[in-house]
Parts: sequence; structure tokens; C-alpha cells
Amino acid sequence: MRIIPTRAWAATALFTAFAILPFLADALDDSYLVVIATRIIAYAIAALALDLILGYGGLVSFGHAAYLGIGAYSVAILSRAGITDLGLHLAAAIAGAAIFATITGAISLRTKGIYFIMITLAFAQMGYFFFVSLSAYGGDDGVTLAQRSTLFGQPVLESDRALYYTAFALLLGLYLLAVAITRSRFGRVLTGTRENPVRMRAIGFSPFRYQLTAFVISGCMAAVAGVMLANQTNYVSPAFMDWHRSGELVVMVVFGGVGNLLGAVAGATVALLLEEWLSILTEHWPLLFGVILVMVVLYSRDGLSGLFRRRT
Amino acid sequence: MSLLEVRNLRKAYGALKVTDDLDLTVEEGEIHAIIGPNGAGKSTLIAQLSGESLSDGGSVRFADAEMMGMAMHRRVRAGISRSFQITSILPGFTALENVATAVQARTGSSFRFFSPVDQENRLNDQALEALDRVGIADRAFFRAGSLSHGEKRQLELAIALATRPRLLLLDEPLAGTSGQEAERLVEVMHSLRGQVTLVLIEHDMAAVFSLADRVSVLVYGQIIATGPPDIIRADPKVRQAYLGEESAGAGDVAD
Ligand SMILES: Nc1ncnc2c1ncn2[C@@H]1O[C@H](COP(=O)(O)OP(=O)(O)O)[C@@H](O)[C@H]1O
Ligand SMILES: [Mg+2]
Repeated sequence: MRIIPTRAWAATALFTAFAILPFLADALDDSYLVVIATRIIAYAIAALALDLILGYGGLVSFGHAAYLGIGAYSVAILSRAGITDLGLHLAAAIAGAAIFATITGAISLRTKGIYFIMITLAFAQMGYFFFVSLSAYGGDDGVTLAQRSTLFGQPVLESDRALYYTAFALLLGLYLLAVAITRSRFGRVLTGTRENPVRMRAIGFSPFRYQLTAFVISGCMAAVAGVMLANQTNYVSPAFMDWHRSGELVVMVVFGGVGNLLGAVAGATVALLLEEWLSILTEHWPLLFGVILVMVVLYSRDGLSGLFRRRT
Repeated sequence: MSLLEVRNLRKAYGALKVTDDLDLTVEEGEIHAIIGPNGAGKSTLIAQLSGESLSDGGSVRFADAEMMGMAMHRRVRAGISRSFQITSILPGFTALENVATAVQARTGSSFRFFSPVDQENRLNDQALEALDRVGIADRAFFRAGSLSHGEKRQLELAIALATRPRLLLLDEPLAGTSGQEAERLVEVMHSLRGQVTLVLIEHDMAAVFSLADRVSVLVYGQIIATGPPDIIRADPKVRQAYLGEESAGAGDVAD
């Protein structure tokens, strides 16, 4: 469909940079870099998930932080119960997200445009207040995790670098999965429903089934991000599901360029790096970031991706 | 049994009865033109037959099955396809992808997530065939949104054909096309005779009278006459209600 010829190159460059980053951190003797990068990768996964429905399905979910929360609380709740395996944490997160996405998606997709945005936001807020009321897990304050998830019973993820590479492998795998989905039969139908839902009906497709499936896939992917984020912060609270965070995910996707997947990864990366750097410069960094966002989006309707595309 | 039997079909927008107890019978294999002044309710009728909009009452039987209450995408699968008066395509897709998507809808599941659809030769071959049929094969790899207005009309016909309909509803397919494009479209419609049953709404009287086996005249939501083109042309009721008011002399239109 709209495959940017340079996307494969840009993806190779970006993922190679991620792959060698820990060595760079060693060389610079800056171990904090790996910690930031793990956070970036977790958000990149969530932004990627959002772009799948926002960019390809035209579905602007303003409640995707809910899935970060579902992923994070899966870690907290299972760990408390003595289940520490990462695989099980991911499985629980994905199952929880699938259920939440199926129910809320089936309802939200009855609406369009601004109503869809508001109803996804409302469902995420319900999730937020549900966990606020969950006093066993600290309510508002959340809970600190005793340890990170384990792999094959071993606490290997206690090493920041191991956690980083685990997150990176997940990002890479999910990116390739998302690319495959967008190029598949399913992806074509999903994109078609964004292009012109009436035309899609008129050739025999009911958009709802495809939109809902995409919504669920996206939610499950974002929940994976929540699992990684919980491990990175060692701390889980309802703030993961805050509507600000849903908004940040939308900003990352738009900033990076909607509808080409790699833009979402780049958008999350640049947005969080800017946040790191700008917050050192000034406490008014959100303002500065806003200015940069507006400039990028004004200059190139395709966000950062557009800046790299050759002009024709 | 006729392919399409519409009985007592009704639809009102507020107090305005747009489809007013309408009866219509379309025989398998015929080209059935529907003419009528602007605002007569022609597009609304197409919308009701295709399932795009709900009817207030009546019955639509297609191939012996009741269509009332059936969603548009199901009617497409039952064999009713359509074009829109205002061109409706997937503008960000290439022309080929537009048609391939229609082929995909009737061939196999679309819940396939891993293999690249653009490498499915069966979809692409059939799509190219349909593009060739309507005369825009050379535009296959152009973005549909970048095609000329006439080419978009041709593309929309190719999309509709690619669904392999038994009944094709065309809402003013020639509107806004150049002479050459219109000629090509009329040629394609001629070539469909005997293969697809055609309900054709069209203002171009030359095209209507050359193509149609039968013509129905729709005025204020009712069919006031149905018959072979010659009879319709001569019908005083029709001349008064429709042909007369369209141009100064009804004779011009009938030429
Ligand atoms: N969605 C709608 N809401 C209200 N009135 C409508 C709507 N669609 C069509 N109409 C009215 O119904 C009548 C028939 O419209 P239409 O079927 O488009 O006529 P035609 O295709 O014969 O020109 C017109 O008077 C039009 O204004
Ligand atoms: Mg009309």
C-alpha cells in the first residue's frame, strides 16, 4: 500500500542503534542510558500498538494507557501470588487486555470520530478508578514490586541490560508482526475501512469485525509494553492508566508520523529523549516540547517520518 | 420467477415520501433503466435495494430470498452490487488494490494476518482483468485518488464487477465523464448483457435508449410506467411528467 521505500533502511538503522546502545552506554560509562532506553522501548511498543489502529484503521483510541495498566498490574498481581515467570506475566497481560479490548471495543466501535475518542477515554478512566479502588494493591499509591519477572525461574532480568534486551527483542518481534499484519489480507481490509467504510460494505465487508480484531490485537500489544514498564520501574500504580498517558501515546504516534509503524517507534524515542533533555534545561519543558511538536507537524504532515522522506 | 421483485417499498424522510409504495420487477439478464427527474427518489431506491439505507416497509425479493433487513455487505455476498452516484472508491489505494480488495471479499477468508496480500497473484490477475475490461489497465498502479473523474467512474465499475454480481445497480455511471470515457462505459455495459442483470439509472437518454431492454419511469417515489424504450418514449404520461420538463422539446431527448 503506502510503503515508504526507505522504511526498511530507516528501520534497520533505528533497530541497530537500539541493539548496540548498551555498548555505547558502557563506553560512555553511563548506565542510566540503558534504563532510559528500556523505558523508551516500552513506550515504543505501546505507540506501535496504537499506530496499528490509529494509522491503519483510523481509530483514534484515547484510552490506550489502560493496556499499559493491565500489563503492569498483571505483573504486580501475579508476583504477589508468587508467580514470577515473565512468560506467565505476558500471557496474563495479553489475556486481560484481550478481554478488556473485546468488551470496550465492541461498544466503542458503535461510535465514530470524536465519540470514539471520548468513549475509549471513558473506559480507560473506568480502569483507572478500578485500580485506585483496589486497596489490596495500594490503591492510589500503587505497589512496589519485590522483584522483576523471572525467566525460566532465574532472576536474570535483575540485570538492567538483560531487561533491556528482552524489551528490545519484544519490540523487534512486535514490529515485524505489525508490519506483516498491515501487509496481509487483514491489513488491507483494515486500511480499506479507514479509507472508505461505505465502499468496503459495498464490496461485501462488514468493517466492525475487522476493526474489533485490530483493536484487540493493538490492546494486547500495548499490554506487553505495560509488563516491560512495570519491570523497568519496579513499581505499579494507577498512574500507568492516567489519561495523560493515553494522550502522550497519541502524541508520540502523531509526532513520529501516523500509519507507517516505524514512525511510532521513532516518535516514542524522540519524544522521550526530548523529555529527558528538555527537563534538564527547564522546568517548563512541556511548553518547549509543545513548540517542537507543533513545528514538526506543521512542517511535515507525516511527522518525523515525513522529514526523512525524499521530497518529490 | 423474476430476479428482483420489489413490492410496496416505502421510505420517507420526515413528511417527504421519497419511495411511495413502489413496485418494480427486474427480469434475469435484462438491462433495466430507471429514469426520472432530479429528486424523484432514484438514488434512494438504489440505497434501499443495496441495503445501504433502511426501508420503512415493503418487500425486496432477490433470487427468491427476502432481502429486507439484510445488511449491505450480506446483500453483496448474495449477489447485489452497486456503484454510487458520487464516486466511492478507496482513494489511498492503487487502482489495482481497489479492485483486488473486491476480489478478496469473495475469495477466501480475510482473517489472514501473515502473508503479504500484494503477492497474491490470483487477486491481482482478476483485478487487472476487471481494470482491463473497463479500459483503465494502464492506470493499475496509480493511486485511485489521483485518477481523473472519468477514470474513477471506470474504476468504480471495475470494483463492482469484481464482486461478480448477479444484479448490478448503477447510479448515473456516466455523470461527469468525457465523451470517450462515456463511450467506453456504454460499451462495457453492452458487453454485460446476458451476463449480469443491470439496473441502470442514467440521465443520458441516448445511452438509456440504446442500452435498455426496458425502462421504468420514476416520479415522486412511484413508477409511473414500465416498458420497452419505444413505448416509454411515446407514452404521453411520461412525456408530460418527465421528458417534457427536462428539455424544450421531448423530441430532442428521444433522438
Ligand atoms: N438523507 C436524506 N435526508 C433527507 N432527505 C433526503 C435524504 N436523501 C435524499 N433525500 C431527499 O429525497 C428525495 C430523493 O432524493 P434522491 O433519491 O437522491 O433523488 P434522485 O436520485 O432521483 O435525484 C430528494 O428530495 C432528496 O432531497
Ligand atoms: Mg440520484
